[in-house]
Amino acid sequence: MDSENKKDYKAVIGLEIHAQLSTKSKMFCACSTFFGQKQNTNICPVCSGQPGALPSLNSKAVEYAVRAALAFNCKIHKKNIFARKNYFYPDLPKGYQISQYEEPLATEGWVEIVLKDGSKKRIGVTRLHMEEDAGKNTHNVDGSLVDLNRSGIPLIEIVSEPDMRTPEEAVSYFKKVRTILEYLEVCDCNMEEGNLRCDINVSLRKSEKDKFGTKVEIKNVNSFRFVEKTLFYEVERQTKMLENDETIIQETRLFDSSSGTTKSMRKKEEAHDYRYFPEPDLLPLNLNEAFIQKEKDLLPELPDIKRDRFIKNYLLSFYDADVLTSDKNISEYYESLVSYVGEPKICSNWMQTEVLRVLNEQRSDIKAFKLDNKKLGDLIKHVISGDINQNTAKDVFNEMLSNGSSSEDIIDKKGLRQISDSVAIEKIVDDVISESSAQVDQYKSGKTAVMGFLVGLVMKKSKGKANPTIVTELLKKKLD
Amino acid sequence: MEILGLSIPELARLLRDKKISSQELVSFYVDRIKKHKKLNAYITVLEDAVEIAREIDEKGIKNDDYILRGIPYSLKDNMLVDGVRTTCASKILENYIASYDSTIAKRLKDSGAVLLGKTNLDEFAMGSSSENSHFGPVHNPWNEACVAGGSSGGSAVSVSAGLAQFSYGTDTGGSVRLPASFNGLACLKPTYGRVSRYGIVAFASSLDQVGPMARNVEDLAIAYDVVSGHDTMDSTTSIKNKESLYEYLVKEIKDKENNFTKRTIGIPKESLMKGASKDVLSSLEESKKLLSKMGFNFVEVDFPNLQYALAVYYIIVTGEASSNLSRYDGIRYGYRAKDYPDLKHLYSSSRGEGFGDEVRRRIMLGTFVLSAGYYDAYFSKAAKVRTLIKQDFEKAFEKCDSILMPVSPSVAFKMGEKTKDPLEMYLSDIFTVSVNLAAVPSLGFPSGTDKEGLPIGMQLIGKHFDEKTLFSTAWMIQKQKPEWFNNIATTAKEKR
Repeated sequence: MDSENKKDYKAVIGLEIHAQLSTKSKMFCACSTFFGQKQNTNICPVCSGQPGALPSLNSKAVEYAVRAALAFNCKIHKKNIFARKNYFYPDLPKGYQISQYEEPLATEGWVEIVLKDGSKKRIGVTRLHMEEDAGKNTHNVDGSLVDLNRSGIPLIEIVSEPDMRTPEEAVSYFKKVRTILEYLEVCDCNMEEGNLRCDINVSLRKSEKDKFGTKVEIKNVNSFRFVEKTLFYEVERQTKMLENDETIIQETRLFDSSSGTTKSMRKKEEAHDYRYFPEPDLLPLNLNEAFIQKEKDLLPELPDIKRDRFIKNYLLSFYDADVLTSDKNISEYYESLVSYVGEPKICSNWMQTEVLRVLNEQRSDIKAFKLDNKKLGDLIKHVISGDINQNTAKDVFNEMLSNGSSSEDIIDKKGLRQISDSVAIEKIVDDVISESSAQVDQYKSGKTAVMGFLVGLVMKKSKGKANPTIVTELLKKKLD
Repeated sequence: MEILGLSIPELARLLRDKKISSQELVSFYVDRIKKHKKLNAYITVLEDAVEIAREIDEKGIKNDDYILRGIPYSLKDNMLVDGVRTTCASKILENYIASYDSTIAKRLKDSGAVLLGKTNLDEFAMGSSSENSHFGPVHNPWNEACVAGGSSGGSAVSVSAGLAQFSYGTDTGGSVRLPASFNGLACLKPTYGRVSRYGIVAFASSLDQVGPMARNVEDLAIAYDVVSGHDTMDSTTSIKNKESLYEYLVKEIKDKENNFTKRTIGIPKESLMKGASKDVLSSLEESKKLLSKMGFNFVEVDFPNLQYALAVYYIIVTGEASSNLSRYDGIRYGYRAKDYPDLKHLYSSSRGEGFGDEVRRRIMLGTFVLSAGYYDAYFSKAAKVRTLIKQDFEKAFEKCDSILMPVSPSVAFKMGEKTKDPLEMYLSDIFTVSVNLAAVPSLGFPSGTDKEGLPIGMQLIGKHFDEKTLFSTAWMIQKQKPEWFNNIATTAKEKR
């Protein structure tokens, strides 16, 4: 039985996601949160931990956090308290982080993800709380330096239930959380700048009925690819250990992106005792119903709802609607395109096959996309009206991207307008028929598949301008 | 002119009438500070105080200027003043220059009062005698072999020895009231939330409160008025409106005096006063008689949970302090050890060498009571008992308007007497800590001296945010017993 079930370990995964809130000022002082400033310029007595400095709460941060908690379907606690999490580290100027512990802002939420087979799965959100970010240490040969510009930037921590079973599910959940935060416009979600990062908890067991195995925590993973890599590595590492009858120890590990492996950072015995206690410098936060209702009213249409609306209103497939709504700006671009062009399905195809492809290739954002909805819309309109065919349109699209011209100019300048004039096309068709007697004979003897070849010849002779539908009609009329 | 006998309103009058200049007044105090250096009341004396006073004189002091304009005062050296060294009497902050003004320093600057210097204290305000300072102990000017009381000993001595017109201390468990009573001064521990803590080096955040000390009740009211009130930089300050208590005393109180004396004063059950010395108890009796003669009624009040107050206090205080003092880590400012092989030792050596014994003791105690396995048994339990103590006060105030009791079980004790035994030292605070736990105000006033000539102090404890009742009662006491007030300590007098 042992040998049979080897390799049958299943992962149990939970994520703790930290998202920086995009407020203009820090959580407990008036310092700017602007990224990329010279070191230690956005600091003051409060966020640099000077003696006597006291925190005062940024109400914008509370608004954003409540909005997020609502979007993650959480139960909001009207009374919630801040707590001090005590530990020593050079990037932590007060020697404690102001966070929330026993009475957090929100609990018991969920996020829905779509699995590979198209089925949906709810991932539980255990809690969502507010806290402040720490500064940043950099190390060089001369020693270590601390930059406190980041110290005190508001964060929310979103702790999931251990509901994920595969690395794909974990990535899909992480992505969904990002999408929702982007929709809410409460986080810039720029992972390279560290706006969004997560800690991963993973353990193994043989079946759903078993108790959870010993979990290992991997700290500070800041890209979707790394989440996947980390998890693949960890699942494999832990599986090997279990197969060799080794005991997995509870520990905190770090992901090393250069080797794609994780390394032990500290064992359970070395774990910090954070000595949490209620933050005496801040009063308990009492949110009233009106405040929460206001945030509810401010919630935008969230991705799942938008996806379902796209399916219903634009008759898109689930997959297409899901892709188009997984990024707020893309969904908005798409809708502006539809409202300019009409034809939601055609617009969706253009988005999927051209726009998203280009963005992917350029690793760029729809906001930086060169063509606005009207420029691209005009091009699509040319296709719909039959001015140019689909293949020509793709060339025009690429040229528009490279030199910024309008589709109209390119079509005119290059004389690409499709020939839909039957008389002109008929002349070319006649030429092709007389020049291709072998294929004509084949067709007449019943090998109708050569029709495509003949159409191709006509298209080639017309330099791609002949309307292929008319070409086919004429050929059939003459040969049948 | 006998400057030392004058109150702030009297000095303000002289300044406006140009009978004296601020420069003269400040120079007078600066000279006295030099003369009484041995008392060790000050850690830092501001070189530019006289110059600032001269500038104030140049600009003139007009009738409608704030009453404190040109009047010299001192601040406990745990209050930040931009550009001025703030040591907390600790080696770890020996050379720390503040980069901003505490809210109270700013309000005092704006009022035109002139800061003479920063006064000595028990390191990080942890102590009851002001012996526990990196800069040496403070001496009691009534008897230099005795302690000044703590932790705001330097502030108290600066006023009682005539080295400042008024001063401010911080009171976490009695640190304003105890030294004020050992020095024959009036003082106030305001309701928690009345005075901003912004820029005050935190000891135990949920208990710390800045309080003024003065030689008489009107000075005390003026000193309280200028610093109290809501501050956006301290979320725990109250947004309640506050009126000028000084104006209230001088303008309104006369017509109301008869109504006031219909008020009831609570006296704690005798058993609760067990630890008090004979002299202190007979002084309490004397105050009671006086008030009774003035028409006040008395009622006995009980505090069933008072026996736990000291234990609860030392758990909460050490827990919060252990966290508040984490920022002194040798990384960004303050003392850093010379040699350290790694980060861990940078921390442990800097903190081990930088903090004194009592501070280290409390950090260790506090770390213990907050630690995962003991939090529920200690810190969390203490917080619950604290609520019970608060309720004891609420119940007591159903029967009375204020409560009268001694500040300390004894008068100032001999230096060195309690330094070997921290628990004995902690007992000095037995009558004061519960006031901080309950967050209520308490006004300390001098009630004469013992046979040795050492001052005894009483306190009137009030309802939340009812400083007014305390001030009006003290004002009337002062009228009846002027000899209890406006003290200048004996030794300081002799040396004039």
